[in-house]
Amino acid sequence: MARVIVDVMPKPEILDPQGKAVTGALKRLGFEGLTVRQGKRFEVDIEGELTDERVAQVREAAEKLLANTVIEAFDVRVEQ
Amino acid sequence: MSRIGVVTFPGSLDDHDAQRAVALAGHEPVALWHSHESLQGVDAVILPGGFSYGDYLRCGAIARFSPIMTEVIQGANQGLPVLGICNGFQVLCESHLLPGALIRNDVRTFVCRDQALRVESVDTVWTSAFQQGQEITIVLKNGEGGYVADPGTIERLEGENQVVFRYLNGNPNGSMNDIAGVTNARGNVVGLMPHPEHNMEELTSPSLDGRAFFASLERFLAAVVG
Repeated sequence: MARVIVDVMPKPEILDPQGKAVTGALKRLGFEGLTVRQGKRFEVDIEGELTDERVAQVREAAEKLLANTVIEAFDVRVEQ
Repeated sequence: MSRIGVVTFPGSLDDHDAQRAVALAGHEPVALWHSHESLQGVDAVILPGGFSYGDYLRCGAIARFSPIMTEVIQGANQGLPVLGICNGFQVLCESHLLPGALIRNDVRTFVCRDQALRVESVDTVWTSAFQQGQEITIVLKNGEGGYVADPGTIERLEGENQVVFRYLNGNPNGSMNDIAGVTNARGNVVGLMPHPEHNMEELTSPSLDGRAFFASLERFLAAVVG
C-alpha cells in the first residue's frame, strides 16, 4: 500500500504558542540555541495504485480539510 | 416571536445556555442537530460555544463539514442572520463565512474572565441596538481565541467597518488589533469569542449586555417583515 505524507506547518508570520512553549522547555533542559516550530504530520495510506491523480486527490484533501491555508502551509510527498 | 435555531454539534457545551438566552429574550429556541439537513425555517441561527467534534484537527474544522453547516452556509449567503459564539466563531472562520482564523492564546493558558469590550460597529444585524463606541462587559472563556489574518485582510476589515468588537483593558489572547469579533461584508454574520449568552441575567452575569444582541436581531427581523 502506498503512503503519502502531508506535513502541515503554521505559516512563518503566524505566532506558534506551542512551538514557543517547547522551545522554552528545551532551553530549561539545557538544550541551547534550539528554536522549535510545531506542526502536524498526516500519514495517508492509499488503496490501489499510486497515480498522479491520487496524489492530486490528497493535495485537494489537504487544501480542503487537513490544513487551514489562512494560517498554515502544507507539503505533500510520497513516502519512499 | 421569532424562531431562533441553536445548533448542537457533538461536543457543544453552551447550546443549552444559548437556547435559554433565546427564551429569556422572548423568542422561541429551536434545537438544530448537526447531522440534520434542515434549518426548520428558523429566522436566525446561533452556533454556540464548546468543543465541537472534540476540536480535533483544528477548532471548528470538522464541524464546518457537518450536514447542518451546508444549510447554514447557504442561508448565510442569502442573508440569514448567523451569530457564532466562541467555538461557533471558529466554525464560521473555518467555513469562510468570516475571514481570518483563531489560534491558541499567546499566553498559552485558558482565559476565563469578565471581558471589557468596545462596540466598534453597530452596522450589523446583531449589534444595531448598541451605541457606536459603547463599552460593554461580556464573559470570555477560551483556550484558542487569538484572532489572526493576513495584513491585507486586517486592513480591509478595519477599512470596511467589519471589526465589530475590540478588547479593552488588555488583550487576553494575542488577537491582532485587539479584535474580539468581526462581521461579513453584508453584516448578517457576526462571530465573537466572548459569550453574550452568559450575559442575560442579573443573578449570574457581570452585565446584561448580551440582551442587546437579541434586541438588535429583533430590529432587523421587524424591518424585514415590515
